[in-house]
Amino acid sequence: MIPLIEARGLVRIYEIRKGPFSRPQPVRAVDDLSLSVMPGETVGIVGESGSGKSTLGRMLLGIDRAQAGEVIFDGRQMPPLHSQQWRALRAKMQLVYQDPLAALDRRLTISAQIGEPLDIHGIGSKEERKERVRELMGAVGLRPDQAGRYPHELSGGQRQRAVIARALAARPSLLICDEPVSALDVSIQAQVVNMLRDLQEQNGIAMVFISHDLKVVRNIADRVAVMYLGKIVEEGSSDTIFQFPRHPYTKALVSSVPVPGKRLQGRVILQGEPPNPAARPSGCAFHPRCPLATDICRTRTPELRRIETGRTAACHLLANDLAVAA
Amino acid sequence: MSSADLTQTQQTPRPAFGILARIRRQVPASVGFGILWLAAMVLIAILADWLRPYGITAMDLTSRLSPPGTPGHWLGTDELGRDVLSRLIQSIRVSLVIAFGATIISAVFGTTLGFLAAQFRGTVEHLVLVLADFQAALPFLIMSLAVLAFFGSSMMLLVCLMGFYGWERYARIARGLAISAGAQGYAASVVQLGANPARVYFRHILPNVASTLIVSMTLTFPEIILMESGLSFLGLGVQPPESSLGNMVGFGREYLTSAPWIMLAPAAVIMVTTLSISLVGDWLRDKLDPTIR
Repeated sequence: MIPLIEARGLVRIYEIRKGPFSRPQPVRAVDDLSLSVMPGETVGIVGESGSGKSTLGRMLLGIDRAQAGEVIFDGRQMPPLHSQQWRALRAKMQLVYQDPLAALDRRLTISAQIGEPLDIHGIGSKEERKERVRELMGAVGLRPDQAGRYPHELSGGQRQRAVIARALAARPSLLICDEPVSALDVSIQAQVVNMLRDLQEQNGIAMVFISHDLKVVRNIADRVAVMYLGKIVEEGSSDTIFQFPRHPYTKALVSSVPVPGKRLQGRVILQGEPPNPAARPSGCAFHPRCPLATDICRTRTPELRRIETGRTAACHLLANDLAVAA
Repeated sequence: MSSADLTQTQQTPRPAFGILARIRRQVPASVGFGILWLAAMVLIAILADWLRPYGITAMDLTSRLSPPGTPGHWLGTDELGRDVLSRLIQSIRVSLVIAFGATIISAVFGTTLGFLAAQFRGTVEHLVLVLADFQAALPFLIMSLAVLAFFGSSMMLLVCLMGFYGWERYARIARGLAISAGAQGYAASVVQLGANPARVYFRHILPNVASTLIVSMTLTFPEIILMESGLSFLGLGVQPPESSLGNMVGFGREYLTSAPWIMLAPAAVIMVTTLSISLVGDWLRDKLDPTIR
């Protein structure tokens, strides 16, 4: 099967300046990262803040230009930003935002905004568009009488439903959700996540779900990629990653998730400073905080290698493990 | 008589009565006054030719400087015996054309440049900002004097020239708001839906920033009336025998102590009109914003 979207060797470097006259410092937000998503698959991207998750999402969509590497969507290279083809491609790939209030125009009713992708891409007649908007509102659980409401007249969860309906309007084949529920109430989070999963299954949409919330990702994703300082450190199916984490960083992350009815046991508490992409450690970026770090970790950057079928990790220690086990 | 009135009100269809009642409830008295005044001004400007009792140059030398209330000249006459009311009506037309025309030109021009700067950034933005700074640093009155002295004064030129007054404010406001709209998300999210720049700017950003621009217009409008008055006063604006509100104030100045009505009438019209514009503008801005309804 060919992947719906494939990213090869993506690099994104931001330049930050400390003062008005100081030399700009490069910050490698995403560093030589490759990822592919199959049609209809959900890939979760997890990691701490500053690990480059959102930048990755924006590069997959082609909103942010990659400094190196390429994004192949549906067998074709991503057209240049803001070109005619780029705009036309927006019908196929959509983004769900973290803050729904900011993503909606407060001067237009939500039904007008949900139907906007149809207007933009010239899909259907006027009647068909109306019908589609009604159908979408029903699908995301908005009442028909809310069609004439303005964004500020809705609750946070309802706004996010409107944003999701708008994203789905043109029947995209890829949906990138950038922390879609982190701004919502915990009780609403579950509803929205379940709704997203149902819609995704019904319509066969591939989804990239970016979140720092492991519980949510575990609930929705088929495959999970764990990011640390702009690189993927471990990737595998959702079940194996959460049940048998292998990379030391994944272990620490997974051990921090509380399980209902159980005491938090064997929690790996990370030492050292949180990751700073501007001052990237030598060798394995995780080594200053890794409880198992050895000399080789300080000097050589580990490659992302296959450690089991359908599972990759970037760790010197795991490569040895595999050799020992084999 | 009263019974006839009663039957008439009963016969009027209900909706019309409902609308009137609703307007009375929703519009504050001051705004209602402003709307009525502006409507009257516009009507006077349109119907000036029919409303004028005398020609603006018609001199009645036997009743020069007659005070207001004189039969035949209800607002009095000036030093040449010309009817002040007639001249006032004509002046309202001229001044309104200049002020409205110039305000609209300046708003459209400034907003367009501001949006262009926000869309293209880089060199275009730099150029627009330099032009705006240049405009702000320029003594506008003196530049207008130079232009009018060179090309001679005509109505068209005057409107276009006044149209350059204050555009830099719209440009700065429009640019700043458009950039912040892009950063806030709603504009970026529409771009991400695949919309072309025209749609992003006219359907999304413009309605969102319109309230600020409208307030800015209500500030520019009186300034343009005053600017035109200043130019006319200096003899380079509207040329006699044609008259404008500023022109009337300017020429009436000499008779301020002996015949104050010559300049008081146009001065009062300038004041009430600008006040009405401000009141209605403020009210309109609130009405146009669905978030504060």
